[in-house]
Amino acid sequence: MNEISLTVDIGRLHLKKPVMGASGTFGFGREYEDFLAVHEIGAIVTKGLTPLPREGNPGVRIAETPAGMLNSIGLENPGVDAFIRDILPKIKKYHVPIIVNISAGTVEDYGEMAQKLDIVGVDALEVNISCPNVKEGGIVFGTDPRSAAAVTSSVKKHTGKTVIVKLSPNVTDISCMARAVEAAGADAVSLINTITGMVIDINKRKPLLGNVTGGLSGPAVKPVALHLVWQTAQSVKIPIIGMGGIMNGEDAVEFLLAGASAVAVGAGNFANPRAVKDVTDGIEKYMRKNNIHNLDEIIGKLEV
Amino acid sequence: MKKFFIEGCILINEKILDDVYYMLLQAPEIADHAEPGQFVHVKKNNSINFLRRPLGIAEVDKKKGTISLIYRIIGRGTAEYAAMTVGEQLSIVGPIGNGFMIKEGRPLIVGGGMGMAPLVFLAERLQEKKPLVLVGGKNEQEVFWPKYMEKYADKIYVTTDDGSLGFKGFTVQFLPKILEDNAVDDIYTCGPDIMMHSVAKIAKKYGKSCQVSMEKRMACGIGVCLGCTFTDKITGKRRKVCVDGPVFPAEEVFDYE
Repeated sequence: MNEISLTVDIGRLHLKKPVMGASGTFGFGREYEDFLAVHEIGAIVTKGLTPLPREGNPGVRIAETPAGMLNSIGLENPGVDAFIRDILPKIKKYHVPIIVNISAGTVEDYGEMAQKLDIVGVDALEVNISCPNVKEGGIVFGTDPRSAAAVTSSVKKHTGKTVIVKLSPNVTDISCMARAVEAAGADAVSLINTITGMVIDINKRKPLLGNVTGGLSGPAVKPVALHLVWQTAQSVKIPIIGMGGIMNGEDAVEFLLAGASAVAVGAGNFANPRAVKDVTDGIEKYMRKNNIHNLDEIIGKLEV
Repeated sequence: MKKFFIEGCILINEKILDDVYYMLLQAPEIADHAEPGQFVHVKKNNSINFLRRPLGIAEVDKKKGTISLIYRIIGRGTAEYAAMTVGEQLSIVGPIGNGFMIKEGRPLIVGGGMGMAPLVFLAERLQEKKPLVLVGGKNEQEVFWPKYMEKYADKIYVTTDDGSLGFKGFTVQFLPKILEDNAVDDIYTCGPDIMMHSVAKIAKKYGKSCQVSMEKRMACGIGVCLGCTFTDKITGKRRKVCVDGPVFPAEEVFDYE
């Protein structure tokens, strides 16, 4: 009886491993071929796509911060049509769940993107209502429960895929947001997106980032992310994909205990391009050491 | 092009100027595959600094399986590398990017400041074509590069801002004279943007090809974070400095007005 199962279901999405590469840090998966077996990871979450191609924000877009980093990329992406035409055919070969992250400026555009992506090869949608770096769309929907619910309903109406809504930490009460999207039909939530922050160049007396503010990620945000996952887990019944500063198996187990059914590695991939595999191996090691055979024995099992 | 993710043992890490260091690393996979103009993305293990830093590959010895990096302390990351000792392991991702395209004609290498580092490796690769080298810096001390280049270069021209060595002024002020006095076909340059931009304009005026090696803030170095992208002036497409570059034809990077 030494068999360890790392499988977990998120809606109708069946994951062989509970660790995925987070949107915006994992490209479209193929960029990691030199570093790990892409076909063995939990899932690929694509770079955030928008209805039309975007060049992103001007100026400096990356700043290192204590135990983390700020980014203000601004959703640079080739657009949903180019993804379907040029990229999706090339990444289907991994036979790994592909979760497509989508952002749009209107409720209708979210629905239209969902419809376009309701095709073979796409396994789930991650609805981004939490990007802090774009004015239109993004976080506008992620800070108001009614808007978040409207986006969720619109996406659900246009797709048969599992719908995951990505929540922002930049809100007063995340459980209120989580309940709103659950009621609107979301199959799961993922959190956290980055926390708004800034860095100042004191010599120039100017913000270091071209977009003035950026999104903070990396180990610096982990305690905040854990708290928000735990808080959300008390509030909704749908599964949670937890992320925020995960660097190793121990970090991931903390998120699972707090109530996440699966986790994603984001900025950690930049420091360690093999992080998704290392985190997965670390979870398995923890399970073996503690004689745990199934993730259900860990998920949400925090004793408070 | 395959990238490796390895630990490189530090064989030498010595100060060659106030804040400039020479690091020799045992990194056979990188040495075997590196091309001039490519870089490595490095990190000290368990460092308080979260991100890797891109450093151009300055020398390669395939037989010994070593590479060297010549870097200046400009922030927390490089300060940390400078404090590392022989025998410690440096985490390395690389070799990354597209290096210089080796052209048929007579080469002229133009470097400014620490942009010279990858040009040492390039000079070695170009040595049979008898490359000319133009190197500029603040003063005589800063222009220590000839000792790394002289075995590969046909001739080395030096400029210093204060005139303490060679021509007094900037490299780009001296560049036209070299082009008028010598038969040069192809210019390869790395240095501050403002310098490379001027080099590119002069190259165009004289009808020479020009390749520039770019530097931009990046988080991943493998084409996923999109921190280092820009719009190609020729095609209008988005390009990534890390994996589409860092070397580009000058026309793709700069305006010529």
